[in-house]
Amino acid sequence: MEGRGGDFIEFIPRLRRYARALTADRARADDLVQDTLERALVKYDLWRPGSDLRAWLFTIMHNVYINQVRASAGGGMTTALDDETVQPAIRATQTDRLEVRDLQAALLRIPEDQREVLLLIALEQLTYEEAAGVLGIPIGTVMSRLSRARDRLRTLLAGGEQHSPLKVVK
Amino acid sequence: MSAQVTEADLHGYVDGVLSSERRIAVEAHIAAHPEEALRLRAWQEQNQALHAAFDPVLSELLPASTRPRPWFRRIPFVRYAAVAGLLVAGGIAGWYSHAYNIAKSADGLAFARRAAVAHVVYTPEVRHPVEVGADQEAHLVAWLSKRLGAAVKVPHLGQIGYQLVGGRLLPGEQGPVAQFMFQSDSGQRLTLYVRTGAGDSKETAFRYAQERGISVFYWIDGKFGYALSGETDKAELLRVARAVYQQLNP
Repeated sequence: MEGRGGDFIEFIPRLRRYARALTADRARADDLVQDTLERALVKYDLWRPGSDLRAWLFTIMHNVYINQVRASAGGGMTTALDDETVQPAIRATQTDRLEVRDLQAALLRIPEDQREVLLLIALEQLTYEEAAGVLGIPIGTVMSRLSRARDRLRTLLAGGEQHSPLKVVK
Repeated sequence: MSAQVTEADLHGYVDGVLSSERRIAVEAHIAAHPEEALRLRAWQEQNQALHAAFDPVLSELLPASTRPRPWFRRIPFVRYAAVAGLLVAGGIAGWYSHAYNIAKSADGLAFARRAAVAHVVYTPEVRHPVEVGADQEAHLVAWLSKRLGAAVKVPHLGQIGYQLVGGRLLPGEQGPVAQFMFQSDSGQRLTLYVRTGAGDSKETAFRYAQERGISVFYWIDGKFGYALSGETDKAELLRVARAVYQQLNP
């Protein structure tokens, strides 16, 4: 083992990916990663060598994120949906870009607690146990949130949930 | 074999973590329940879509933001990328390729890494780059000396164009470490990372690494270890490192 200092740099790209998916906002994701790194640096000695550094970093990021959620005015973390907040992560063809935007918009309409579970597992590929540890919740709660998130995302992406569709009046 | 398929099995199937026995059970289940098959296919497509959408972030170097943001928020990830390259992609191998005591080398590696991370984390900070500012230098020195358990000295680099911003205390591997930050008139920031307990080495040779814009000089001087980090070229950083060394060894 090469000493403990700075090894978490290796996980920064993963933190960035998760933060981007979680917030769908580049600037906010950047801030979230920055705050996470600062806290990780200060708390580094609390990390037990041999335990999973990646899970530890996601735990810190979760705590930072939750604090930001609580601190945000009026409670609730709903991010305004506009052209600036929903930014495609990639240079892509027009069609692909639209799909990415649809996906990001749909993610934002899933409650944060479910979104975190979904992204930790489906995107970051944490085990269910790891996700439970990161989020500080029982594994049964992880599974139920995962079900709700996946079903809700499916509905959203299928366009099955419209905002109070207008009725056609003849 | 149990035909009973739980919701957790369905997730496990989609996430590829089931035993072959459970996988077969799920496959039998969805064969008999087409609506469940559709549901699981949608979940699988979600996994793929998430990766397609966000995996590119992993290799992103420059966030090409469309939104004007303060300069300091645009810079950090250039730095992260540079340091990641510096420390992970093997830059360090050349750095420490000298025939050198292996234990010392590994120790030095850990130290240099922490210094580089601390530089990357704090130099972009505008509101709280330091805990104690240069306007309270005497207090800063007394405080850090007390916490490090040794008389810490702050070099004065005004003559070569860098003013002290201040310092902060950080956790190190062998106890607290100090970080001093300096800034030039043009806003260029350098950090000097100082630890005690570096051993009794008389080794004072500067070691250097440079990759993608970040330079680090690292040396041991008596019981102190120093690392000077900055986004300057080698010659400039060496000029500062020499000045630091001379100031601390009058």
